[in-house]
Amino acid sequence: MRELLRFACEALLAHRLRSALSVLGIAVGIAAVTLLTAIGEGTRTYILEQFTQFGTNVIGINPGKTETFGIPGVLGGTTHKLTIEDAEALARLPHVRVAAPVSLGQARVEAEGRGRSVHVFGVSADMVEVMKLRVRQGSFVPPGDPRRGAPVAVLGPTLARELFGEKSPLGRFVRIAGARLRVIGVTEPKGQILGYDLDDVAYVPVATALRLFHQQELFEIDVVVTHESLVEQVVEAIRRTLVERHGGREDFTITTQAAMLEVFGNVMRIVTMTVGGIGAISLLVGAIGILTIMWIAVGERTPEIGLLRALGARRRQVVAVFLAEAVVLAFAGGVGGLLAGLGLARAVQLLWPGLPLQAPPEFVVAALAVSAAVGLAAGVLPARRAAALDPVEALRAD
Amino acid sequence: MIELEEVWRTYRLGGEPIHALAGISERIEAGEHVAIMGPSGSGKSTLLHVLGCLDRPTAGSYRLDGQDVTQLEDDALAELRGHRIGFVFQAYHLVARLSAEANVELPMVFLGVPRGERRRRAAAALEAVGLLDRRRHRPAELSGGQRQRVAIARATVMRPRLLLADEPTGNLDSAAGAQVLDLLDQLHAEGITLVVVTHDPEVARRAGRVLVLRDGRVAARLAGSELGGLERALGRGKPGP
Ligand SMILES: Nc1ncnc2c1ncn2[C@@H]1O[C@H](COP(=O)(O)OP(=O)(O)O)[C@@H](O)[C@H]1O
Ligand SMILES: [Mg+2]
Repeated sequence: MRELLRFACEALLAHRLRSALSVLGIAVGIAAVTLLTAIGEGTRTYILEQFTQFGTNVIGINPGKTETFGIPGVLGGTTHKLTIEDAEALARLPHVRVAAPVSLGQARVEAEGRGRSVHVFGVSADMVEVMKLRVRQGSFVPPGDPRRGAPVAVLGPTLARELFGEKSPLGRFVRIAGARLRVIGVTEPKGQILGYDLDDVAYVPVATALRLFHQQELFEIDVVVTHESLVEQVVEAIRRTLVERHGGREDFTITTQAAMLEVFGNVMRIVTMTVGGIGAISLLVGAIGILTIMWIAVGERTPEIGLLRALGARRRQVVAVFLAEAVVLAFAGGVGGLLAGLGLARAVQLLWPGLPLQAPPEFVVAALAVSAAVGLAAGVLPARRAAALDPVEALRAD
Repeated sequence: MIELEEVWRTYRLGGEPIHALAGISERIEAGEHVAIMGPSGSGKSTLLHVLGCLDRPTAGSYRLDGQDVTQLEDDALAELRGHRIGFVFQAYHLVARLSAEANVELPMVFLGVPRGERRRRAAAALEAVGLLDRRRHRPAELSGGQRQRVAIARATVMRPRLLLADEPTGNLDSAAGAQVLDLLDQLHAEGITLVVVTHDPEVARRAGRVLVLRDGRVAARLAGSELGGLERALGRGKPGP
């Protein structure tokens, strides 16, 4: 078998240019699949990491029932609002570490003649736990009754820099929606999610935010569970508690990180597969190239095939030779394409250093296996044609 | 030993069937040297291919060393060709991309002879045809006579008992041809059964026996020395010496 492989390789080397071109055809296909899959896979893991930085033991509750009824709040009857009291009730549930009320508004934050339009989060002290926030300077929104809205604000580092430059903002005042708030802290940088700067925000006590933005209802309650494995259980407890508090109606939506990640992960996987599929089309073109080249080779080498049969080669061995040639071409293309694809992925990574491009080892194995299989498939017809030749006719074809 | 009994080889191409061999019964003893002559299209090559188990008779029986080969499977025939039969062709049929040595090794590659053994036997076979020093040359770098000698080395490297040559000197000048014929004679002297198809009376003269084919039948059987009769049988009417 090894000897037949050698014989096949020598035959390929006799037509270097032609062999190189068909190798190139497969290499382009494999490189395309490799690169595109690496980008897709890298993007997916990158975004997942961004999301999971808040932890998979966080449960979000939003007002309105979107999952089943689509548009929240259009259903007749009274819908109960999501309130700070709801958050307090949830905080008393077992296995709940914190239940943080969150409100959200967009406003211009002004100080010392400068201003900037940002998201303003109304939070409690527990938000530190939810968002894994760290305070760089001063302190965060103080603990205590969340219904008491002190006139204070905590700035994200981007906002702090934009408003105050290198000066310390601590103790200075900012104006948000007409109110004067004292800056009591600046958070550590959090980075970006999908281009949204988590550091270009302001945090104020939740009651302050509700007042400033004239809101009666929370934007969200974030529940942190003591352990990830208890999430399901706690979700049920939350549902029961809130349904009871809201007069028997499920007028809220509970989102777990796990569910969100799963939906998102699935979407990204489809994107990756689609993009990889486009690459697979070029692989198909490469396979047709090999089929063509091998078909031509069988025609040209008909007398040689007759000779081999005269010398005692079996049909099966003739099949093996031509299959081996096709597989060697495709496999060489697979190796070359994989290297080129990974090299290109490197280059892309230099352009976007944040994007962790990934080609998992099982992908590398799969790419090589696929290229070998492509060669095998492309070689079948020519090899069968070679084996079907009548040796006498083949010898005469000189 | 070869025994042919009422061997037919018929081609059907839609219309009239063509009988390339039309009932040949012949016996060739082990160690014989037989020449096959006859006009173009008389069935010489077809007969050689049947003898070499490369082609199957349409009807009749062919026993090689007592074994009826018409009943054998494809793989068994390949095995026979590999181990018991050697072919030499007018057009040499060397593989152009391979060195002389690799060409001689070729049958052994497909018969699973280990590499060291292959090297050794190929060298011995090339030595025997006087081309050991050319073993690294490709066919294109060899003269016609040298190519045919490489082909003979390849045909004999498995030590077959039967050597079949189809116009082995047809493409060669008389000096190169004589060298090739001397080699064949030598192989015959060593005990191989030799069947040579030829147009050339000089070639046939070396054989112990000459079969003259006409329209797929044996038209005449002569001794190699009966060249005059041969000329008449071929209808050339050339006066003998
Ligand atoms: N594949 C084929 N199809 C049809 N006829 C063939 C085929 N091969 C040989 N023949 C015919 O068989 C006859 C004998 O051919 P061949 O053995 O090659 O003759 P020779 O070698 O004596 O010149 C010729 O008439 C030839 O045309
Ligand atoms: Mg002929």
